[in-house]
Amino acid sequence: MQKDIVLGGVGGQGILTIAATIGTAAVNKGLYLKQSEVHGMSQRGGDVMSNLRLSSEEIFSDLIPQGKADIVIGVEPMEALRHVKMLAKDGWLITNSIPFKNIPNYPEIDGVIEELKRFPKHVILNADQIAKDLGSLKAANMVILGAAIPFIGLELSDFEGALKMIFGKKGDDIVNLNINALKAGMKEAEKFL
Amino acid sequence: MQKIVLLGDEAIAQGAVDAGLSAVYAYPGTPSTEITEYILRSKEAKNGGIVASWTTNEKTSMEMAIGTSYAGKRALVTMKHVGLNVAADAFMNAAITGVNGGIVIVSADDPSMHSSQNEQDSRYYGKFAQIPILEPVNQQDAYDMMSYAFEMSERLNVPVLIRITTRLAHSRAGIVLGEKTPQNELKLPKNSRQFVLLPGIARVQYKSLLANQPLFEKESEEKGYNMLLDGKDKSLGVITTGIAYNYLMENFPEGIDFPVLKIAQYPMPLKMLREFYDSVDEILVCEDGYPLVEEQLKGYLDLGKTVHGRLDGALPRDGELNPNIVAKALGHEIVEQYETPGVVTQRPPALCAGCPHTDSYTALNVVMEYYGEGRVFSDIGCYTLAALEPLESINSCVDMGASITMAKGAAEAGLVPSVAVIGDSTFTHSGLTGLLDCVNAKAPVTVLILDNGTTGMTGGQTSQATGKIEDICIGLGVDKDHVRVINPIKKNHEENIKVMQEEMEYNGVSVVIPRRECIITLGARIRASKKK
Ligand SMILES: Cc1ncc(C[n+]2csc(CCOP(=O)(O)OP(=O)(O)O)c2C)c(N)n1
Ligand code: SF4
Repeated sequence: MQKDIVLGGVGGQGILTIAATIGTAAVNKGLYLKQSEVHGMSQRGGDVMSNLRLSSEEIFSDLIPQGKADIVIGVEPMEALRHVKMLAKDGWLITNSIPFKNIPNYPEIDGVIEELKRFPKHVILNADQIAKDLGSLKAANMVILGAAIPFIGLELSDFEGALKMIFGKKGDDIVNLNINALKAGMKEAEKFL
Repeated sequence: MQKIVLLGDEAIAQGAVDAGLSAVYAYPGTPSTEITEYILRSKEAKNGGIVASWTTNEKTSMEMAIGTSYAGKRALVTMKHVGLNVAADAFMNAAITGVNGGIVIVSADDPSMHSSQNEQDSRYYGKFAQIPILEPVNQQDAYDMMSYAFEMSERLNVPVLIRITTRLAHSRAGIVLGEKTPQNELKLPKNSRQFVLLPGIARVQYKSLLANQPLFEKESEEKGYNMLLDGKDKSLGVITTGIAYNYLMENFPEGIDFPVLKIAQYPMPLKMLREFYDSVDEILVCEDGYPLVEEQLKGYLDLGKTVHGRLDGALPRDGELNPNIVAKALGHEIVEQYETPGVVTQRPPALCAGCPHTDSYTALNVVMEYYGEGRVFSDIGCYTLAALEPLESINSCVDMGASITMAKGAAEAGLVPSVAVIGDSTFTHSGLTGLLDCVNAKAPVTVLILDNGTTGMTGGQTSQATGKIEDICIGLGVDKDHVRVINPIKKNHEENIKVMQEEMEYNGVSVVIPRRECIITLGARIRASKKK
């Protein structure tokens, strides 16, 4: 088993929580993991990305080669597009549809969504709305992760276990909110299968 | 085997804790910050009485570590690559004093300048000081090398430099932990003059450092971090240093047929290198940094075998490596399935919404409109982002502390008034001495010390300046009537403009301190107090 995942977002949007959840789930399964992150300057509202590599064999490079990513996950639609260079031909592009506009020249959103839809395998979802309906906008990242679960090759239960480890200290309500968010995202993704 | 997932930086930190560390001193800097942060957070370190602290700058850190070593204990110093410039005086001389307790210096390089003003390669400093250098290939190496580094430091009486780059520092992997070494007992150096670098003593010690060079090389040859991996296709041999090995192997999922010389420890293992060199037709050198090994291998006249790498354009001359760049150098085809669509727009970093610096600069911009553009010398920190749109307030950012001294130089060249803008942490890092120069010369400069109560850019570490700035300035000789504190909020905009203007009109050294807490640390503080 080997899965290469690129995560794109904006500094401060919390892509590291998604990365940590996938990473924890993978390591609990006994897989090898490399998870490269962006710290420093770009975290001040610039574009940030994380490379996640899971494998049953030893992994060499911390960075995924171009055109080899099985999945590109965008917490934000333009940031998903920023990393399509990394995507393999039959890779999945999974993204939130709600833009994060902290620059004056953010492109017309319809055009961005149009571009996203050109990819043969895509899941585009309004994670913000789904999370709000579940009770907290903060769970949007877990909705997006949920939408990627069918393609990662790990079980929902693996991610539930990881969330318990990561959010356990914050109490059952938070853990359950996040688990529900995962499930809601998964359900949404099934519409695109 | 139980594995814990750690960043490369954290693996170094845990490795040091497990290696009998007694003290870590550091000034924050990307991509090194998480090493000391980890030790500051570690319960194990706290329970073990390990001293962990942020200091005013890298030089003071380095000197404190020499003090720890003098007392017989193991010390770690961590910094970003340019920090080693600041620590260089102490660093170079520590090679001559040698150690009592082990000293390990970690310098984290940033090829491609993700968060830096240059991409200098710290290995040159190690070579310059003629001390052993370790360059971990992966996170496990980073962990394992710490106990070896401390042990070697004490055994060979020499500080050891560990050089990492951004990708290793900021990438996580599962680590298997090793055995724990207890801390050293307090003990004075056997030779009471070891740390007295008077010329007569230093000459003797320097000769002993030189005499030890073959021992350092023997370590490189025999320890096992450097490896000569044979291959049946001798048409090419590849030398990799540090993490470049991973980028090479990524391109050979079925295993590689070329011989590989994998370097992770210096000085270079010359016996291994000779054997490798003689066995192959041509050589490719892959280094995630400057072409240090490549240049040495070629020599000035390039009379030997063909050597490919950064110098002949096989690899780019600058920037970090990645699997694709190495693939290209190997002549492999790159699969690029999709192009980046044209709608994708740049998203540069920016000051946070509500950042106090924004209000300071909006006021300053109004004042500078009156005096004319091109007079604001700034420094390094979050506030440097004001060089970009929309603020476009500052005209320089060179090195920590340079705002004040550049403003002095420009003012004395006739650019009056000249303004310096410096952050609180940068001020205590390297601004004090320059301010004293200004006072002594009665230079017509106005210094804005942006006091947000923290070291913002690197994630909000404590600032050594907090609560002391006015006293420091007055103590250095700035007239107390010209040390003015303002509150950078929208409501005070007009008043703040007035204060800045008054101080710029003053024909001498004046200091204006806009003081308001960083929004991010403020938020974190409020959240933490709610929890309690
Ligand atoms: C010699 C050196 N050490 C460390 C750094 C990393 N660094 C850049 S800015 C900065 C902190 C600046 O803090 P402060 O001056 O308080 O400004 P703020 O970011 O809070 O606005 C640090 C540690 C550096 N660039 N150079
Ligand atoms: S981290 Fe603090 S100092 Fe830096 S931009 Fe944000 S609010 Fe301003």
